This record gives sequence, C-alpha cells and structure tokens, in this order.
Amino acid sequence: MDVVAIIDYKAGNLTSVRLALEYIGVECEITDQPDRILAAERVIFPGVGAAGAAMKDLNELGLIATIKAVVAGGTPFLGICLGTQVIFEFSEEDGGTPCIGLVPGSVKKFTPSDPACKIPQMGWNTVEIARPHPLLDGITDSSEFYFVHSYYPAPSDESYVVGRTEYADARFASAIGKGNLFATQFHPERSGRVGLRLLENFSRWDGKC
Amino acid sequence: MLTKRIIPCLDVRNKKVTKGVKFQGNIDLGDPIEMAVAYSDGGCDELVFYDITASAERRPIDIEMVREVGKVIHIPFAVGGGIETLDDMYRVLLAGAEKVSVNSLAVKNPAIIAEGSRQFGAQCIVLGMDPVRVGPGAGVAGVSGFERSGNPETDPRFPSGYEVTIRGFRERTGLDALEWAKRAEDLGVGEIVVNSVDADGTRDGFELNLTRMISTSVSIPTVASGGAGTPQHLVDVFSQGAADAAIIASMTHTGEYTIAQIKDELVKAGVPVRRTW
Repeated sequence: MDVVAIIDYKAGNLTSVRLALEYIGVECEITDQPDRILAAERVIFPGVGAAGAAMKDLNELGLIATIKAVVAGGTPFLGICLGTQVIFEFSEEDGGTPCIGLVPGSVKKFTPSDPACKIPQMGWNTVEIARPHPLLDGITDSSEFYFVHSYYPAPSDESYVVGRTEYADARFASAIGKGNLFATQFHPERSGRVGLRLLENFSRWDGKC
Repeated sequence: MLTKRIIPCLDVRNKKVTKGVKFQGNIDLGDPIEMAVAYSDGGCDELVFYDITASAERRPIDIEMVREVGKVIHIPFAVGGGIETLDDMYRVLLAGAEKVSVNSLAVKNPAIIAEGSRQFGAQCIVLGMDPVRVGPGAGVAGVSGFERSGNPETDPRFPSGYEVTIRGFRERTGLDALEWAKRAEDLGVGEIVVNSVDADGTRDGFELNLTRMISTSVSIPTVASGGAGTPQHLVDVFSQGAADAAIIASMTHTGEYTIAQIKDELVKAGVPVRRTW
C-alpha cells in the first residue's frame, strides 16, 4: 500500500502534487477508489475548479462518506485549495453549495472595494502563522506561498486558524488545523522549498498536534 | 500582500533555450532543464516555456521536456507552442505544467479557450497576445510588413491603437488589442500575457501604455512581456504599467542580472516581491 493516497475526483490536475511528493521521496497513488483511500496511511485532498461541480463529482464517486471516515478515523489528512474549501459546511460559489461539513464555517467570495484588485488572487502571498503546528515546523513566519483562488475559507471558530493571509480587503484563514485534519488555501506543491517542507512535515505527521 | 511575479521566459528550439530579436537571429543559451532549476533556485516566481518551432514544424509540443521540468521544479510553470487541440492542452497539464498558453490558436478558434477553461479551469488557460502599434508613429524597424507607414491618422478599426498579430508577428488579424483582451476574459482565460511586438527584444523597456491599458480594463491578472532590459524597467511596468507580473529573458539569461538583484531594486522602489525561496 502506498503511503499517501491523493484523492482523484476529476477536479483539475493532480500531477503537480504527485511530482512534489515523488521529489521528496514519498510514495503516493492518485486514486478514486474508496478502499484504497481508506487503507492509506495519509490522504491528500487537492483540487482546483468550482465547488458545485466538485460536490457533484464527489457524490457520484461515493467519496463523501470515504472522506468523512478517513478524517474520523484519525488518518493524517491534508486539504489543498478546492479540497480545503469543500470540507467546510457551505460555499458561496455556484449560487450557494452545501459542502462536506468537516470544519464549521463557510467559503466566501472576494469582494474588493478597489476595482484594480484582480480576481482570482494569483501568485505568491505571505502566510502569517497564527499558532504553531507540526506541519509548519521549520517554516518561517510570513513565508510566501502560491495561491490561485476567487473564494476564501472563513472558519466560524478562530481556534482552527493556523495561518492568515491578506487579499482584497479580507484577512482570511489560509491554513486551517483541526485535529488530524490540516488544510491550506495555497498550493504547497507549487510553493517551492517552503511548500516541499510542509509536504515533508505532512509525510511524517502522526495526526496529533 | 500579494507580490508581483517575475517570470523568466525560456524559448526552446531543438531542446535548447534560444533567444532572438523579433523572432530572428536566434542564439542558443543553454539546457532548458538546467536553466529551469537555476531560475527556480534563484528566486523566480514562475517560468514559461515556449516550444518556438513546434507550430512551424507542424508537430506537437515536446512533452518529454515538460515532464522533465515538472520533475525538478516545484513552482508554477506555463507551456506554449504547438497547442492545437484540447487534447494537446490536456497532455501538457498532465505532464506537470500549471498553465497552458495559447496565442494564434485562440485567434483562429476562440471557442477552444472557452472549452479549455471549462474542462481544465480558467486558472490554467493563459492567453498570449502579440499586439503591434498602429496609426501615428507606428512601425517596427526590420520586421517585414510592419515598416513605419507614416500614416498620421488613427486607424478606426483599432481604437486602442494596437492590432493583434499572430504566428510570431508574421500575420495581422484585424483584431483590436483591447477588444480582444476583453473578449478573451469573457471566454474564460485566467490570465493575459501582453507581448508588445514593438518592444520585443529591444531591451529598452516594456510598452507601459499598452500594458496599463489592458491591465486596467480586465479583472484578470495581466502579464507584461517584451522589452525588459534593466531592473528599472520592471519597477516601471509594475508601477506605471499596472502589471501583475512581468516576463524577462535576455537580461537574466545572459547573466547580466540575477533575479535577486532585480528584486532588490523592486523592494527599494516599494514594489512587493517574494523575498524568500
């Protein structure tokens, strides 16, 4: 069994996640099979695209229950970008999309007051560390990570916020931690050395913090 | 704060990085994989690769090279050249590229942008456009078909003052640059690279007027391209040109400047850039 299962639910290109893990010497498998995902030592839930289509595909593939079981079972779990957004209760995207509900709170659209502010946010932005977490071990406060998104996570409980980032008048939760679940709005697999460090930390994490 | 991106552009021909002036007189500069690693380690924020002879040779893009790049760098990179179909886009993205850049194809077949955006996500579809100045004072020395016309009138077909060219500046399209940019945004591209024909290869600075006009008229990120020669040119294009990112080539390919030197100058000028890598 591979160490890390990368959940495949048709939401964009997962190659970069696989290549980053292979680069740091972590065995992984891209799969949409619930039994493979449930048997993995660790699970990554990536994705780019829209919340509505993602929830539809997750339902059709029967993966909602799988994801809930993985997180409930204590398996170290890492959400990335859209994967992070759909683990909240609700997203404003696609006219309002009920989501998986593993983290209390919702996902909101950027509404900049300055018309010159571009949506999506695309590029490198700083992550202020709100509290220490094993996945941020060795990562300096205010390191820059790569972002591409038009919506942002807003947990209803501040204690889940691990990192914060500012864009378009919002100071949002760009890294979220809740027990064995960790989730980033940014792309660690595209964030150079600091991103690889986060993935290395994840590959050694026991799910406790 | 979101930082301004610096994107080295690697034009690849016969598996070598090459650089020419206005698509002519190319010289080989090095191995694309080695250069990609050096740039990534040196603090560039993203990379773009153009397989510059794929279209002319009527062959698909060099996927093996894309795969090799994807294995060794872990920052975003875009790939362009020789993209003809949705399947070509898919293969490039599956090989590890973050974005695929379309230029001539988008003009000939705009529907493919919309379809690519729908299938793969807007964030990975980049429109490359090569506008040339038209009307009073227009003309590009040394480029056939673009000699200084001396026409004193603004051409009513091109209210922005710029016409889109394709096939490496070889063909005019009749499209106004600003209208094309807005239309591409509506079709679903995630980002626009504005490569000025007039400034390309000159190292005299970006076309600030053109960059600013397009960047302030669309809501998606706009990347300036063509003319980078000194760090000051980047300061100018991020401040006066309102660019979200800028493409560079010769100024760092030749070793004249490093990414770190450019970023130091940008920091001094108050432009936010990524400082740690």
